[in-house]
Parts: sequence; C-alpha cells; structure tokens
Amino acid sequence: MTTVNTEDPDWVACMHKIRAMRDQAAFVELFQHFAPRVKSFLLRSGASETLAEECTQEVMATVWRKAQLFDPARASVSTWIFTIARNRKIDALRKQRRPEPEDLPWGPEAEPDQADAMALQQETEKLGKAIAALPPKQRDLIERAYFGDLSHSEIAEQTGLPLGTIKSRIRLALDRLRHEMK
Amino acid sequence: MSIKHHLTEGLIMGYSAGTLPEAFNLVIATHVSLCDECRALVESYDALGGAMLDTGATATMGSGALDATLALIAAADAETADAPCRDNAPRASGVFPAPLRDYVGGDLDAVKWRPAGGGVKQALLSTSKDATVRLIQIPAGAKVPDHGHQGTELTLVLQGAFRDETARFGRGDIEVADEELQHTPVAEEGETCICLAATDAPLKFKDLLPRMAQPFLRI
Ligand SMILES: [Zn+2]
Repeated sequence: MTTVNTEDPDWVACMHKIRAMRDQAAFVELFQHFAPRVKSFLLRSGASETLAEECTQEVMATVWRKAQLFDPARASVSTWIFTIARNRKIDALRKQRRPEPEDLPWGPEAEPDQADAMALQQETEKLGKAIAALPPKQRDLIERAYFGDLSHSEIAEQTGLPLGTIKSRIRLALDRLRHEMK
Repeated sequence: MSIKHHLTEGLIMGYSAGTLPEAFNLVIATHVSLCDECRALVESYDALGGAMLDTGATATMGSGALDATLALIAAADAETADAPCRDNAPRASGVFPAPLRDYVGGDLDAVKWRPAGGGVKQALLSTSKDATVRLIQIPAGAKVPDHGHQGTELTLVLQGAFRDETARFGRGDIEVADEELQHTPVAEEGETCICLAATDAPLKFKDLLPRMAQPFLRI
C-alpha cells in the first residue's frame, strides 16, 4: 500500500510556475501526484467516496488559488497541501471551525530566502526517508494519529523521528521574517 | 516576550493532525500566535503530516476529476474558505491575538463578562460541544476558586499573571493540567489577570459554586 518516491519531481518549482505564470501543466502534474493521496487521506478520515472526491477537488483548487501563500522556507509542498486537506477535513467532516495562529508580519517583499528554502526542503526529504524506514508498527501509529481519529490522549509524545532539525530550520525562517519587519 | 510554559508535543501533534476539540484548537492557536517556539514545532508536525501524505496510500480519482477541478478554478468564486492562511493579519495593538479576536468579535473591550463569584468573571465562547472554552477575569490578588480536574485543562494567560503551587504564569504562558493536578492559582498583585481556559470535562469547583449548578452554568 505504501509507495515511496525515490525521484519526486521538483514540486517547489511547480508551485513557482503556478504562482508566477499560472502554469496549468505544472498544476496538472501536481494534481496527478497529490489528488489521489489527499483523497485517500479523506477516505481514511471517514469521508464517503462522494465527499472525499468532492473535497479533494476543492483542496486542489485551493492549492491553485492560494499559491502565493506557499512559503518554501517554512514548508514543503506536501506539508502545505496536507494543511489544506486537514482544514478541509475539519470543516467538512467534523463540522468545526479551525482557529489558525495569527499570521506573521509580512514585509512588503517577503521573498523567502533561497538558502533557507533549500535547507528546509532537504530536511523534509530526509524526514520522508526516515518515515519509510520506520518499523511498520510505529508507522502505523503515526498514520492513525494523522489519518485515523486517534484521540489526543492516545497520541504518543515521541515519534522517534528527526523533527528537531526541521524545527530549527523553521525557527530560523520565522526569526528572519520577524527581523525583516523591524 | 519570555514565555516559559509551552504546549506539550502531544497537543501540538493533535493540533497538527486536526483531531482535537475546537476549544483546544482555539487556545493552542492563540498561544502559537504569541510563541514562535511552539509555532516552529507545529509547523514541524505539519511536515510530518505532509510526509505521511506524500508516502501514504492513494485512492483512484473519478474520471472527470481534473476537469472538474479546473472548472472550479475557473469559476474562481472564493466560496471555500479553507486555506491554512486566512487573513489573520496581526494588528498594531490589543490584548487578544487574531484567532481569539475572531471568536470574541473584538478585543478585550468586546467581551461580555458574567460574574462567577468572588469577583471572578467569565465569558463562554461558542465552539463545538466536545469541549468548552471561556475567558476568565481574576481581580489582582484574588484567588481562583480551588478546583480539581477531570480530563485535560489548558489555561493561557493573556494579561497579568497568576501563581500556583508549581510556578508563575505570565502573558503567553500556558498551563496544561491533567486529572492529578489540584491547585489554587492566585492572580498577582498589580493587574487584573485575564486567561483563556479550555477543558474537555466540567471543572469540579470545591466551594465557590455548588456542583449541582454546573450543568446550568456550563462551566
Ligand atoms: Zn510555546
């Protein structure tokens, strides 16, 4: 059931084409990879076939419409799409509002730092490999935490995954954003 | 800002996964608005969710799915407000961060307080029913009624500070209490203490309010 992509296309470049040129071919590529994954996530979260299909289309349309909000120094494309799909799940399946943190102050030209972006994308890639290497039992637990409805008290605090390095990367990007505003 | 008391990783993971009650999400989003440490951790757990999505199973899309999506894009009427970044733009001043202002319908001066006894006031905010969240106002120097907990309680300080047997909590600090904690928070002298508190079970007040009244007061 698990597929590991050894040679992922450059999704950040795809997002850039969508953002800068409204490039439909780049979107189609993104759609073909992510839509079936988003749909599977929604199905496992308890959506019916019809609802999952409908929500997936909305999620992917949001990817296009909100492309300018994607920040490669803080998230990979799969991370960003995951947050959109999760919010859709909360809205459509759990019928709740999703309170989001206050946005960071954006500078007039808040172009993400290239080196920051590159470093974060590399860390995310490493995380993907670490997940692929997890013993099935542990992977299953994390999967249930994210895709099933494991309650918060059942969620293990330790995933045993290298999240610390990603955290310090994101922290750097946040500091930079805050700094630019001063 | 020097925040000393943070969210637990379990709560952050639950917030990222989207499995927590709305009331908890509100307290967490409000803390994260004030705390870049926890913000970075939330975004790290989002990265975990993204990696799980990317390496996870797939489901077959309907035959016309791509065309339907492109039609949605073309229609472009921004009806589905589900993007992760809403217009939660920070404002110049105020006590409440953006997510809390959304629920209150304004800043501190917009809160409709109700007396809760002993000079303490509270205001329930409307969320899904699996947990409750309210604002609490404690006069400087006053005791918060002694209570134990069922389930989990999150208390985030927005103004002033309180102390209990374990520590001092100032603006941005969050106390995560479970069933074992029996404590008597006292608001510090000097400034009225304002907290945002969420619980997934009714509080058990010892003396201030008769227990029987709780279902009516929705504490
Ligand atoms: Zn924190």
